[in-house]
Amino acid sequence: MNSSPFLSLRGVVKSFGNFTALDRIDLDIKEGEFFTIVGPSGSGKSTLIRLLVGMDDLTSGEIRLRDQRIDDTPANKRPTCMVFQSLALFPHMTVGQNIEFPLKLRKEVPDRRRARALELLDLLRLPQSYYDKRISQCSGGERQRVALARALAFDPEILFFDEPLSALDYRLRKTLEKELKDLHARTGKTFVYITHSLEEAMVMSDRIAIMKRGKIEQISVADEIYGAPVSRFVAEFMGEVNLFDVTVAADGSVSSDVLSSRSGVKLVPAGEEARGLLMVRPEYVGFADTADAFDFTMSGPLHGEYALGSRIQYEIETPAGMVTVEKLREDRRTVSEGETMTVGFNVENTHFIDEAS
Amino acid sequence: MKSLDQKLGLFSALPVVALLGLAFLAPLVVVALFSIMPAKVFSLANTPDFSAYAVFVQQGYYKSLLWSLGMALASTAILLVVCWPLAYAMAKVFKSFTLVLTIAIVMSLFVSENIRLFGWVLTLMKGGLIEGHFRALTGIGFDSPLYGVPIIVFGLVYVYLPFMLFPLAQGIAMVPDDTRQAAYDLGASRWQVLWQIEIPLAAPGIVVGSLLSFVLAAGALAESKILGGQAVIAIADDIETAFTFGQNWPLGSALSMVLIVIIGTLALFGISKVDLDAIMGRKR
Repeated sequence: MNSSPFLSLRGVVKSFGNFTALDRIDLDIKEGEFFTIVGPSGSGKSTLIRLLVGMDDLTSGEIRLRDQRIDDTPANKRPTCMVFQSLALFPHMTVGQNIEFPLKLRKEVPDRRRARALELLDLLRLPQSYYDKRISQCSGGERQRVALARALAFDPEILFFDEPLSALDYRLRKTLEKELKDLHARTGKTFVYITHSLEEAMVMSDRIAIMKRGKIEQISVADEIYGAPVSRFVAEFMGEVNLFDVTVAADGSVSSDVLSSRSGVKLVPAGEEARGLLMVRPEYVGFADTADAFDFTMSGPLHGEYALGSRIQYEIETPAGMVTVEKLREDRRTVSEGETMTVGFNVENTHFIDEAS
Repeated sequence: MKSLDQKLGLFSALPVVALLGLAFLAPLVVVALFSIMPAKVFSLANTPDFSAYAVFVQQGYYKSLLWSLGMALASTAILLVVCWPLAYAMAKVFKSFTLVLTIAIVMSLFVSENIRLFGWVLTLMKGGLIEGHFRALTGIGFDSPLYGVPIIVFGLVYVYLPFMLFPLAQGIAMVPDDTRQAAYDLGASRWQVLWQIEIPLAAPGIVVGSLLSFVLAAGALAESKILGGQAVIAIADDIETAFTFGQNWPLGSALSMVLIVIIGTLALFGISKVDLDAIMGRKR
């Protein structure tokens, strides 16, 4: 395989007047990868995708595709294509005409256009009878598939997605997430997906980039972003989390004003003393019946109990702050509000976020 | 509940129905009836004949009609081309400036059409604002562009510009930015975006604007009289003459009927092709 990256961004800056929307973005995306860029609104992810597609010019930096600079190529000459949040289907054309639009622009003959459109309808699991339907006759999920088929008809090197599922209801979104992942596997294309939803990112992506205020905070696989975030922002963005202020000594021993730990408990030695956050996800916090069953323990009154469907969440008001515990429904406990509870977790389930770095 | 709503709706519509019946339909019926009366009568109590329509053909009134329709067509075509960029800018580019522009254009409608046309005469005539100054400064004179067909078409374009511009801007505003960008992203050139996306999606505005300006221009007479110096006679001019100097109501009515039928057919055809609800901002 080619060793140089497929799509690479170097020092990409986009500013609007005094406001820097994107601040020196470096990013490499591999061929055939499902890459997701996640961030809250205002993080610059939409600006980034507009630059990648060619709908905006960058202020400085460069974008290369297969080692060719593409940042000064206009959108209609780039071998990339985007599925819009609004889908941007052409309401005055039928489903078939929508799908054939890019082929027609390339002067493909009508027979071959039609054949390709029908092929794509099959690929997207839409009946071939949809070819002559009007867009207004299609449901939300069907429109989604038409938009995908149209983008695939273009046969892009990279397919970009700008939150295409955000307007759909929960069930349909879940179905389409899986279909999209499946489609990615079947077409082998490079997908670059933008979303503000962590769940969407986790379900589909090979790798995830987390953006915050115009910068990329972390790029990694979903597991690592979830289990080993580099900052408080990433940790909190990626779902429920418990964070404790701690100091880790050079030998890995943890000291804290708020946590009591069993003697001899050590993190993987950092080599030098560091202040930071000790993170543990709620599913790794357990109820301690005997205080020494866990490496770290704390106790306090139960603040609340919430049913999350398959899981139950407990919040306990400890001296270390509110601690969130999640248990599967089958491990539910009978508790009453205000009851003092002791909870704890083990060092192997924690992750240390060095705040200095 | 629904039937009550319907009843209330019909009931509320009564006054306007009565007004339209009386003020719009009744004169139309009278004109239609007069058009099949013998020449120069002033009563409907005569044996109907089609002599007035025969006069329309025999005495060359169809020439005026063709001139009117031709000049209306030319001015509508010019208006489309001239107004598109401005309407586009008003709908998509200018922000608060659109309001300023709208007010400025609407303000021009506050001054009577005839006065504005005479203003152009003073500007363009030999020894007028332009030629007079030019001659005084350079000593070289030139002929006035007044009193010809092109200046009539110019007058029609000038007077009916708002009637094309505003519906067109409305139509262009209905083209979602995303669809334009998507087409561009899928490889379309700017021209292809214009022809395949923007024009079809702005069609309601184009049809309404074209209809308004064509219908108004086809029935216009001030431009050919004032700017054109009657270089050609507009059909509306013939109709006016027939009713006034000619004292021939049946002829005037027949000429009116021909114009009404042509324009009415055109308007119905045009409106049937577009979704008026869309441009009125109602949900489809």
